[in-house]
Amino acid sequence: MAVLELRDVHLTYRTAQGPVPAVRGVDLSVDGGEVLGLAGESGCGKSSLVASVLRLQPRSATVTGQVLVGGENVQTMSWRRLRAVRWGEAAVVFQGALHSLNPIQRIGRQLVEPILLHDSAATPRTAADKVAGLLAQVGLPETHADSYPHQLSGGQKQRVMIALALTCDPQVLIADEPTTALDVMVQAQVLELLVGIARQRGMGVVIISHDLSVLATTCHRVAVMYAGRVVELGPAQELFEHARHPYVRALARAFPTIGEARSRYAPAGLPGDPPFPDRLPSGCPFHPRCADAVDECSSVDVRLRPAGPGRVAACVHVGAGVG
Amino acid sequence: MALTSPVDARTGTVSSGGATTPGGIGRFIGYRLVSGLGTLVFVLLFNFFLFRLLPGDPAARYRAVKNIGAADLARIRAELDAPVLTQFWAYLRDPLALNGISAWKGQPVWDLVGGRAWPTVVLLGSSTLISVLIGVRVGIRAGWKRGGRFDKASTAVTLLFYATPEFWLGLMLILLLSSGVGPFPALFPSGGVIDSGIDPLSIDGAVSVAEHTVLPATALAAVYIAEYSLIMRASIIDEQSQDYLTTARAKGLMDHVVRRRHAVPNASLPTITLIFLNIGFIIGGAITVETVFSYPGLGLLTFEAVSEQDFVLMQALFLVFTLSVIVFNIIADVVIALLDPRIRG
Repeated sequence: MAVLELRDVHLTYRTAQGPVPAVRGVDLSVDGGEVLGLAGESGCGKSSLVASVLRLQPRSATVTGQVLVGGENVQTMSWRRLRAVRWGEAAVVFQGALHSLNPIQRIGRQLVEPILLHDSAATPRTAADKVAGLLAQVGLPETHADSYPHQLSGGQKQRVMIALALTCDPQVLIADEPTTALDVMVQAQVLELLVGIARQRGMGVVIISHDLSVLATTCHRVAVMYAGRVVELGPAQELFEHARHPYVRALARAFPTIGEARSRYAPAGLPGDPPFPDRLPSGCPFHPRCADAVDECSSVDVRLRPAGPGRVAACVHVGAGVG
Repeated sequence: MALTSPVDARTGTVSSGGATTPGGIGRFIGYRLVSGLGTLVFVLLFNFFLFRLLPGDPAARYRAVKNIGAADLARIRAELDAPVLTQFWAYLRDPLALNGISAWKGQPVWDLVGGRAWPTVVLLGSSTLISVLIGVRVGIRAGWKRGGRFDKASTAVTLLFYATPEFWLGLMLILLLSSGVGPFPALFPSGGVIDSGIDPLSIDGAVSVAEHTVLPATALAAVYIAEYSLIMRASIIDEQSQDYLTTARAKGLMDHVVRRRHAVPNASLPTITLIFLNIGFIIGGAITVETVFSYPGLGLLTFEAVSEQDFVLMQALFLVFTLSVIVFNIIADVVIALLDPRIRG
């Protein structure tokens, strides 16, 4: 059963220069126990989408479509219900753990806070016990509850953020670039930890990253976004190795394959920059950068089409029924 | 699971820093005291030369004072006649001017300073209390809803206060609320700190002191209300873009809890520093307000000491002022260190 479901979600920022559509119709669903990867360049709308899941988008943003957490629409529910859903049903491991903790509060107090808020049966004692357990689960000594954020390393803070996201046993866990600020050794550990715990507890997880190779190894399915839309979605490994959308192929090639020396020296780049959301090209928004573009691409705004079992892609070259 | 990784080995070593040790804050205070003492020594040396550079004839001043004994007068004259280096040596033996006699009143200077200290403390205490209570709250509310109606109105008013000269505001308050002009009755007395013949420690005395302090404290508080609210507003606005507030909101906390529990403690650090530094400055800086209201505190005494060219009194007052700045600087540092674990290290 889908614990998180996005139905035709649009998110538009109102600015002095006019509306800026950051997310333009995204449909996604995540089942309990499933790990979904969400990839794409900076500015493709990933973080805006995350914000909409807890209705944390800024006041200047308008969201349409449905954001369903456990079947309830987050965007239209009462504030009272929203406050219960926030962290109780869906929690986020925020991007940039370095600044996501209150610098002048002890770690323990920050971890206990949501437990006392959401669990009416919790006492300071039971909450502290739970926090100690969570810290142990993410591989930190209990004594870190007495530490302040600046006393921890980047990797430790990221672990604290994971523990924080787990405090209220949410059904949905969203990790927004959980490893970007970390060195490669720690990256792998943090992801492994996150996925391990989520699977064990049957949560639905969304991991956001711009690193497709990381997602390919940790996720069941991966969705790739471009210019505010999902352009390809499919099983992780398949998508990484045999991408159907030219953009996803380019993205996959952009990361050198470990053990293959040639790819390190010649990482395939992608010419041009992603389009500004307020000045999208006509037709397929990717066509000005696309090596495989044909005449049709500049006029037809192609939507997702079936591209094999469990796969969809938004490209004119992907014919219906073509495997 | 990644529990046996190199990172975990690292956590073991870092965790020793967990809670802050009392030794840390103690060492911090000790260090600040020593450096404060260094500043004080410098100020004492500086104080000697500063007042000997003043124009005027102190001996003539002393002669004009009636109640000074012949022996004291002879001693003071001998001191004034001595070469500068001899005077400096005498000064070094008594840098605090404990035996100093005022050239204006003929009394020991510290008696004069002592008698004028409590009105300044009353004035300073009440104006600081008013300005902190009002200024900080206004700043928090304005900054939290930046660009809202309250923000626009309060910023306009506080900027006006901030730009208003204290002496002018003081004169207007006297004119409107003390002299009684047109429809305005004379509500408050001006001049002095207490009606004569009342014990300041009695209830009547306290009421009288309060009546005399309302206007100068208001004049003094106006500019500080403006300052604290503008600084607090700016800090709150700064904090609002911080990621940890998004975390706090995502946890499901109510808006006012996010503000009170997370934003305000972080945002108040610069304002707290400023408040303590200001207290140090106001002790000497209430000169204009005290003079306008003839409020017999240290500020008015400074004005009088300068007018009367009473250099021993000035020396004692400067010592009080520099000491208060140094002491409140140290207090500010210690309070911030207690509130902000990053400073304690």
